[in-house]
Amino acid sequence: MNLQRREALKAGGGLGLFGLLAAAGLITPGQARAEWNKSAFDAKTIEETLKALGASAPANSADVQITAPDIAENGAVVPVGVVSALAGVEAIAILIEKNPNPLAASFVLPAGTEASVQTRVKMGQTSDVYALVKVGGQFLMTKKEIKVTLGGCGG
Amino acid sequence: MADPMKIRASAKDGVTEVKILMSHEMETGQRKDAAGALIPAHFITEVSAEHNGRQVLAAQFGTAVSKNPYLAFKFKGGAKGDKLAVSWVDNKGDKRTDEVQIA
Amino acid sequence: MHSIVQAALAAATFGLAGAALAQGSTMDEIAKYREMLADGNPAELLEAKGEELWKKARGPKNASLEQCDMGLGPGKLEGAYAQLPRYFADTKKVMDAESRVVHCMVSLQGFKEEEVTRNWYSKPGRDSDIEALVTYIGAKSNGEKINVPARHPEEARMAKIGEHIFYRRSGPQDFSCAICHGQEGKRIRLQELGNLTTQAGAGTAMGNWPSYRVSQGAVWTMQRRLIDCMRQARWPEPKYLSDSVIALEVFLQKTASGTVMQTPGIKR
Ligand code: HEC
Repeated sequence: MNLQRREALKAGGGLGLFGLLAAAGLITPGQARAEWNKSAFDAKTIEETLKALGASAPANSADVQITAPDIAENGAVVPVGVVSALAGVEAIAILIEKNPNPLAASFVLPAGTEASVQTRVKMGQTSDVYALVKVGGQFLMTKKEIKVTLGGCGG
Repeated sequence: MADPMKIRASAKDGVTEVKILMSHEMETGQRKDAAGALIPAHFITEVSAEHNGRQVLAAQFGTAVSKNPYLAFKFKGGAKGDKLAVSWVDNKGDKRTDEVQIA
Repeated sequence: MHSIVQAALAAATFGLAGAALAQGSTMDEIAKYREMLADGNPAELLEAKGEELWKKARGPKNASLEQCDMGLGPGKLEGAYAQLPRYFADTKKVMDAESRVVHCMVSLQGFKEEEVTRNWYSKPGRDSDIEALVTYIGAKSNGEKINVPARHPEEARMAKIGEHIFYRRSGPQDFSCAICHGQEGKRIRLQELGNLTTQAGAGTAMGNWPSYRVSQGAVWTMQRRLIDCMRQARWPEPKYLSDSVIALEVFLQKTASGTVMQTPGIKR
């Protein structure tokens, strides 16, 4: 990577991944190129995070599901999936209430991508995990408690 | 140099399922080394997947995504032999792109 | 009867049996947790890295490991791990997967042994080439039956030594492997210890290594597993690749022979 780009990235503005991809001809400009949402990832509470995501007061919805075990053996690796049967889901975010910064990951789903994503997150302690879904310009949410056991004694 | 990703993409009944493992430390910036010094945050911030050049997923990660990030998703379309490319960039500007053929 | 630990083990077993209901669902959820991790086992990244290391020309001799003989002939990896440890005529020693890979890195690539074994296991921020290579080699035996009959006199001798070590009580706590691993249904808290003296028990214990350990967030090799158990037994820790560890492996692989390998695995 050339220095200029590196500097641009460091400055927080710059091209971001999507700018880089566009520059490399991998995607066409105009495709999703939102910059890394620093204020949302730096937020310290669920409320602040929702605000930074432009999602104040999302409605609770049974149409959004979290697929995760009730118990994670190791909080450093907790599988969390979000699925929804709703059509036209545009974005998904995973929030962990008791983490220092609740927002773990967010996803933009272009048309044709199904509302089904799975990743693995770190959890400092047992906590509610929230799935936020944007559909038709509206925000829906659901939550699930995941217990974290750091495991028994010995190796 | 970043290590390669492991990408599996398989098409079935008109839907392509993609599973990605990325090789990355995902340092939170809150961990200390043996000498007690804070290890600076080093984590993937953005991931993008393209099917034959069309973006099918854009993800943003924070430090809470686990070491060696895993990401799975599904999109409509995609046929055996099509190209699926995945790219990531981290907060230090390191990046990596890998490509597979859909199985 | 002996030692605090036996009492503790008994207490753990019976104490938890009392809470059997809660525990049943806990075990189910933990099984679900592991299942979700198995699809996209982080060990697969290490496997891919191991393949790269195997094929790349490296070291003072700028050679790859593709001519390395893991027991079935130069470069033949399919099923090799499942038949290790075994006697190698070129070194006149019974070797396991790890000691053999190190031997190849020294003889084929010209590395110094101290150099390649310095990072024999990984830590956060410090990768281990050996771990990656052994994960790759192990995966080449996925679906294969463990087959260590220990017929060669040297292999038979090592199996005997391994058996002896397994049952012999020693160390400040007067522990043996058998105290923790010699009966059905024993556990420490939620961890089932497995009865390593039966084919089925030894099979579950041996056939999934190298394994991604969720509690460690890292892949462990069999050497690391056994050396750590010796530490748990409060024995002096043997050196990496010691004959004592390889002897235990021969004994356990012999007991496990006939069971099918599923590796890289997922363990607690
Ligand atoms: C103090 C009890 C204790 C002693 C003594 C002990 N272990 Fe272990 N062993 C454990 C525990 C705890 C585990 C991990 C179980 C888990 O994590 O689920 C384990 C795991 C293992 C495994 C892996 C099992 C599996 O299912 O993957 C093997 C193999 C093993 N031990 C061998 C030995 C050998 C050989 C010895 C003697 C040198 C020994 N152990 C001594 C407690 C012990």
